[in-house]
Amino acid sequence: MANKLIGEMGLHTKISNIFAARNIITAKDALSMPEFELMELIDVGMKETKSAVALISEATSPPCQSARSLLERKVENEHLSGHLPTHLKGLDETLCGGIPCGVLTELVGPPGIGKSQFCMKLALSASFPAAYGGLDGRVVYIDVESKFSSRRVIEMGLESFPEVFHLKGMAQEMAGRILVLRPTSLANFTESIQELKDSILQNQVKLLVIDSMTALLSGENKQGAQRQHQLGWHISFLKSLAEFSRIPIVVTNQVRSQNRDETSQYSFQATLKDGLQEHTKTYDSHLVAALGINWAHAVTIRLVLEAKSGQRIIKVAKSPMSPPLAFPFHITSAGISLLSDKGTELKGPGINTIHARGHSDMINFHGECS
Amino acid sequence: MEAWRLALSSSIRGKLISAGYTSLSSISSVSSSDLARDANITEDEAFEILKLANQSSGSNSCNGNRSLINGAKNAWDMLHEEESLPRITTSCSDLDNILGGGISCRDVTEIGGVPGIGKTQIGIQLSVNVQIPREFGGLGGKAIYIDTEGSFMVERALQIAEACVEDMEEYTGYMHKHFKANQVQMKPKDILENIFYFRVCSYTEQIALVNHLDKFISENKDVKVVIVDSITFHFRQDFDDLVQRTRVLSEMALKFMKLAKKFSLAVVLLNQVTTKYTEGSFQLALALGDSWSHSCTNRVILYWNGDERYAYIDKSPSLPSASASYTVTSRGLRNSSSSSKRVKMM
Repeated sequence: MANKLIGEMGLHTKISNIFAARNIITAKDALSMPEFELMELIDVGMKETKSAVALISEATSPPCQSARSLLERKVENEHLSGHLPTHLKGLDETLCGGIPCGVLTELVGPPGIGKSQFCMKLALSASFPAAYGGLDGRVVYIDVESKFSSRRVIEMGLESFPEVFHLKGMAQEMAGRILVLRPTSLANFTESIQELKDSILQNQVKLLVIDSMTALLSGENKQGAQRQHQLGWHISFLKSLAEFSRIPIVVTNQVRSQNRDETSQYSFQATLKDGLQEHTKTYDSHLVAALGINWAHAVTIRLVLEAKSGQRIIKVAKSPMSPPLAFPFHITSAGISLLSDKGTELKGPGINTIHARGHSDMINFHGECS
Repeated sequence: MEAWRLALSSSIRGKLISAGYTSLSSISSVSSSDLARDANITEDEAFEILKLANQSSGSNSCNGNRSLINGAKNAWDMLHEEESLPRITTSCSDLDNILGGGISCRDVTEIGGVPGIGKTQIGIQLSVNVQIPREFGGLGGKAIYIDTEGSFMVERALQIAEACVEDMEEYTGYMHKHFKANQVQMKPKDILENIFYFRVCSYTEQIALVNHLDKFISENKDVKVVIVDSITFHFRQDFDDLVQRTRVLSEMALKFMKLAKKFSLAVVLLNQVTTKYTEGSFQLALALGDSWSHSCTNRVILYWNGDERYAYIDKSPSLPSASASYTVTSRGLRNSSSSSKRVKMM
């Protein structure tokens, strides 16, 4: 919409020609500056400028829908009302059906906690036919750190969906629907997702998994503002890709330790007398999600996986439609499974903190129960 | 006042000045045909210039009896107006109290906070609460929800709408003796029908939509709240030239203020946070820069205090700085103290 051509908007010919002469071709060019500046640039009276801008704005504005028609469309068009079930009962209930379509979902946690395992299970369930709770489509799995193991995926399939997997040829077909990409650099990744945007609908891609976003960006040399800018572009692109194609996008993120300088306070909090929280909390094993605060704003659902006193927990840290619940889980040969479907509600910012205590003995997941 | 300050195109202004008309007094004393001849412009253009010049210099020569300056109101009249302004409840009475009753109409309020604190929740709650009928103390209006990030989850809006209708029915039952025994007319799906949803995908669309809102609201006069969730997203990553960004944002803020005043509606802008290095340490601050912080009339910051969510009035022309706690429940925004079980309606 931003690139709509001014020439096609039905403006008066005289003004249209002036715009073209000043190299203002698209709506973006015209609207990126305040009206007064535009008037200066095209050398036309204020009234005429205002009416031209009004016309351009009307042509460029997004269409209006009522929230009710949004809901009806969602229920009608999207299979399973726009969610990808995770087959973890407690989690699916909290998320009103599963991982939502059309938005970014983030999985963040310390290394070895089970993010890739979760992703592999999701990729598998998305490839299933609708009758078994899948999206009946292809999955694009962007595997940056080479963590994808097809053997593991088949094992998970055999253990958790034996009735499907033991059917002849099913395993091959399901596994055949998962396309694994191993980009060698960020530029490579960018190219691939741009390519994907065009072909997503006709190739029946129903899920995009990026494991992990942090690894992609950490490989680049740029620092500070440039890096934020790069990340910013990817954020916008992924969000619009998710929305436009109505598929869920699952991204994993890593953790980093919290700097001493980092604070989570506003300037006025120092002066507020009531309920002042003690600032110097314990810093041991205090981790935060990588990729910054801008990224944290951009994701719609954030699932935090952590380990506390030897117990793995998955928390719904950010979700517009769920209370902040935490579920204990463990990893078996069938993948991730919840130890309890009734989550504990964690009030306060504790839902966002990530712990990694008592964790070193849990890296090996084969055949382990906690 | 000088002639170069008039809102004219630069070539006409140039001709005016080169013909010797540098101040407004010189323009006002000449006739349009003389002006046209001297400055080498058409009669129509000369007429326009004279009209503009007269507007700017004010009508202090005639009309001595009426207001000194055209369009001014005295403070006493304004007090009466301010007190009778309707306000939109947030469904959390503690929060309503520090806001002076709720989000005020005719004003632009900015609400910012860290991710997950409840900005979208407040946005959705307000878009439902504005529709509470007048019999229940609400505005009976409609809402415009401008979504720049895709965070509007319609299932959540349905949840909140259902809870609102339930609360209204409970209230009707409670106040049964004062009302006729009729059921609440509104159904949750009707509430959703009255939320006009726009999905904005770039800052160009955002600017275009703000420009277009004047026309849209003129055609839908019962819109009483415009919520933008969030104002920051597209401006944060796609705009390279920060100086220009500031100018575009100020113009946008002005347009919102005009909309608020013209149609007597509330504009709520949701903002994100960033970290700023001040006074020797990193602190949280609302995004979009210092110049933007001047643009909005009211500013509310949502933050964590221990285990509770709090809202703080950071900037307001009439309300004292205060904070209040709130919670986000499955029914929407509510008080955090468990003592108030029933939602205050009036």
